[in-house]
Amino acid sequence: MSDYSNIIKDGLWNKNVATVQVLGLCPLLAVTGSVVNAIGLGLATTAVLLGSNTVVSLIRGGVNDAIRLPVFVMVIAALTTCTEFIMQAYTFELYQILGIFIPLIVTNCCILGRADGFARKNPVLPSILDGLVMGLGFMIVLILLGAFREMLGQGTLFSNMDLIFGSAAENWSIKIFDNFPGILFLALPPGAFFGLGLIIAIKNIIDDKMDEIKEQKASPVGIRSKRVRVTGHIT
Amino acid sequence: MLKSISKNAALLGLFAIVTTGLVAFTSTATKEKIVEAQHQALEKALLEILPDGQHNNDLLNDYMEVHHPLLAHKNPQEAFFARKDGQPYAAILPSNAPEGYGGDISLIVGLRYDGTITGVRVIPPHSETPGLGDKIEIAKSNWILGFNGKSLENTSDKSWKVKKDGGEFDQLTGATITPRAVVKAIHNTLKYFDHNKEQLFRDSYALQHPKKQKQP
Repeated sequence: MSDYSNIIKDGLWNKNVATVQVLGLCPLLAVTGSVVNAIGLGLATTAVLLGSNTVVSLIRGGVNDAIRLPVFVMVIAALTTCTEFIMQAYTFELYQILGIFIPLIVTNCCILGRADGFARKNPVLPSILDGLVMGLGFMIVLILLGAFREMLGQGTLFSNMDLIFGSAAENWSIKIFDNFPGILFLALPPGAFFGLGLIIAIKNIIDDKMDEIKEQKASPVGIRSKRVRVTGHIT
Repeated sequence: MLKSISKNAALLGLFAIVTTGLVAFTSTATKEKIVEAQHQALEKALLEILPDGQHNNDLLNDYMEVHHPLLAHKNPQEAFFARKDGQPYAAILPSNAPEGYGGDISLIVGLRYDGTITGVRVIPPHSETPGLGDKIEIAKSNWILGFNGKSLENTSDKSWKVKKDGGEFDQLTGATITPRAVVKAIHNTLKYFDHNKEQLFRDSYALQHPKKQKQP
């Protein structure tokens, strides 16, 4: 059980694809201009990651080291192409907006990374979970970044959500600022770098705080304790 | 050694076949749906710039490929023709603005038969600067609606320019090159239509009704 909870923690926080491994930057920076784009790419990436982890884990016994990489790449490429077809069929307008970044999921290092680093060595169930939470972790960062840039770059939030969720979502768009010209810098790719930097910085601050709290708990300063720790961490 | 090579090769080949099979299967399974989605997107885009209710032919199937230096396409593109009781009513021409800030900008231009613009839209993708040049998109600003109702008759050749160049079309804040390219492309499209409209409607009609053509 603790194994599974570790996988979840790793995917969402400790080894988060975007903030810790810093993989998949190309789509991350390019399509996070709005929340709907972020969700679209996040879902597509998660789907491919989930599929490739599952397949790689299933075939892990039959593929030796010499040919494992080409096989993984083939699996990932096939799954990405299928995802592309499906998006084209059911979310055509979103597919047009995301354009080249859907086929480019093939080159997202995190997918081959999880296939080779995790799914190849683990049974199917943990691999599926790993693919799912790694994808979710990536998607959460995409959405945060998308929301940040959409709010300050365009002055709206959740605009065009009907591209994914159908006509029910047509009224989800929220106007945050009226007559807001938008901060151009944030709408452009440099704004994505800036936003991602902020997100990573905030994550690191939280990590530091957590460590501090943990440390304090681990070594409560007793009344009679006379030793003073000057350097180093408690192991 | 040789044995392991051939074994690996066979395995790789097997995976190639299986993955290709998967792609082929998905492709076949989604083909119809994709065509339908493309069709819908096209119909939506076309009807948007050609207010519905006036023509009564099947607009989506009344098309012909056009190719002309004034339209500035690298490859032939489809033009659509609207008719009312068989009479030419309006057309939607593809156009291209090759001098955009980031290269080509694809456009569709809706024109009444008399040469008045009913609407213009930019076809994604384009590479104009987000926040500046991309205001030519209807989703970003109303700038593109400024062409509605314009024609060669009510707007002189001199006026088919952005205000900065002495014409009557607004430029966009921080972007002059993009609107300049679009204005020029639309002006060229109007000239093309003016010269060729009779031919266009005749040819496309002949294309749609091959049986009615008399054999010489």
